Amino acid sequence: MREFVYERPTTLDAAVAAFAGGGEAALIAGGHTLLPAMKSRLRQPDTLVDLAGVPGLSEITRNGDMLWIGAMTTHATVAADPTVTAAILGLAALALLIGDPQVRNRGTIGGVLANNDPSADYPAALLALGGTVETNLGSHDVDGYFQGMFATALSDGEIITRVGFKIPKASAYAKFRHPASRYAVVGVYVAQTADGVRVAVTGAGPGVVRWPEAEEALTASFTPEAAKGLVLGGDLNTDIHASAEYRGHLAGTMLARAVAAAA
Amino acid sequence: MPTTLTINGATAAHDVSPATLLVDLLRDGLGLTGTHIGCDTSQCGACNVLVDGRATKACTVLAIQLDGASVTTIEGLASGETLHPMQAAFKEHHGLQCGFCTPGMVMAGLEMVRRHGHDLDEATVSHELEGNLCRCTGYRNIVTAIAAGAKAMAATGETTHA
Ligand SMILES: Cc1cc2nc3c(=O)[nH]c(=O)nc-3n(C[C@H](O)[C@H](O)[C@H](O)COP(=O)(O)OP(=O)(O)OC[C@H]3O[C@@H](n4cnc5c(N)ncnc54)[C@H](O)[C@@H]3O)c2cc1C
Ligand code: FES
Ligand code: FES
Repeated sequence: MREFVYERPTTLDAAVAAFAGGGEAALIAGGHTLLPAMKSRLRQPDTLVDLAGVPGLSEITRNGDMLWIGAMTTHATVAADPTVTAAILGLAALALLIGDPQVRNRGTIGGVLANNDPSADYPAALLALGGTVETNLGSHDVDGYFQGMFATALSDGEIITRVGFKIPKASAYAKFRHPASRYAVVGVYVAQTADGVRVAVTGAGPGVVRWPEAEEALTASFTPEAAKGLVLGGDLNTDIHASAEYRGHLAGTMLARAVAAAA
Repeated sequence: MPTTLTINGATAAHDVSPATLLVDLLRDGLGLTGTHIGCDTSQCGACNVLVDGRATKACTVLAIQLDGASVTTIEGLASGETLHPMQAAFKEHHGLQCGFCTPGMVMAGLEMVRRHGHDLDEATVSHELEGNLCRCTGYRNIVTAIAAGAKAMAATGETTHA
């Protein structure tokens, strides 16, 4: 790994200043995407700004119909936190499917949502549940936040502080895990929300997407039977793991499983 | 940059460059070569250590990120000549062949005890081992060893060295 300047600011303002002051800068949270990228020299920042010293970024609160999770909250905490399990069980269950125990002890929700890997899990939950990504500069409604492969509405150096999820009547996530990487080959999050049924799919294409045909079918009947035979269309990935056709079909299977599990 | 770490109970300031991974400080800086590097791509778990009691891949964390933290490596588990019960269980149940993955497996076992307690069923152990690769054993005896080690820890009142 190439050497860099390491900063560990203790306020959000100082983090912003450190990011602006040091050539090509990168924020680091859990480091479980960034450090592998730095080790393979895909990323070579001059300055690394560690968010671990900034207070208040890992609080979990419930406020009316919203569940707020601080950006630095680890996957392990989301999986086990009683406020999360009481409000959105499907979200806690999703966190438990990320990577492995060691990854979950370090990786953070803010890191996943900033990175927006096309196979990551939280993007599906956020897009299906609806909600807000709050940052040092303001807030982004989820409906404009995800902008395709590794792209989001964040500007360079904008820091996610917390993420708000709308608490649904019922929801669940079903994921077909790649057996080696454990990322989603296809993952489907289903939510019965105040605004109707919302379905989001990750892993299948170049970025997380909603699935209007599935939402329509489940609005008519929220049952696994209604999901039967639905095949995801559009621009899907073909790679060494699965063809586009396979992924389209797998999305229907994951959809039926998620509906059956929704609580 | 000076980084204060408590490693296997001893607190000291270590002068590390920012790009130093924890595993490199342990192995190259301190000669604690029990923590292994199997893949270097964050997949295999051979480098697992405990950071403030939580199993962590030492190849995927910078030493400098852990300023003030407590780290337990495989060298920190035994008391003198007496193996920690989790180590003893691997010996007793033939939970290793070449032994390369073993330090990381032992740490994964301690992580399971921390989160699930001393009574671990096979399904839990198998599921929790998803981040640990072994090229030799076929995992059967590792699963048996971890479940037995967890029970033995309850009997001796041994902690996971939080
Ligand atoms: C073996 C392995 C298996 C994995 N399996 C899965 C899986 O199954 N599903 C899954 O979803 N993920 C998986 N991951 C990824 C894991 O969840 C990462 O932790 C996550 O993608 C990034 O979070 P992080 O906190 O580690 O972020 P970092 O690596 O620290 O940062 C990632 C990016 O986000 C930026 N960033 C971080 N925090 C913020 C913030 N608060 N505001 C703005 N930008 C920020 C950083 O600058 C960087 O560009 C896996 C990782 C590994 C190593
Ligand atoms: S060497 Fe760290 S996970 Fe393989
Ligand atoms: S015993 Fe050889 S790798 Fe596990």
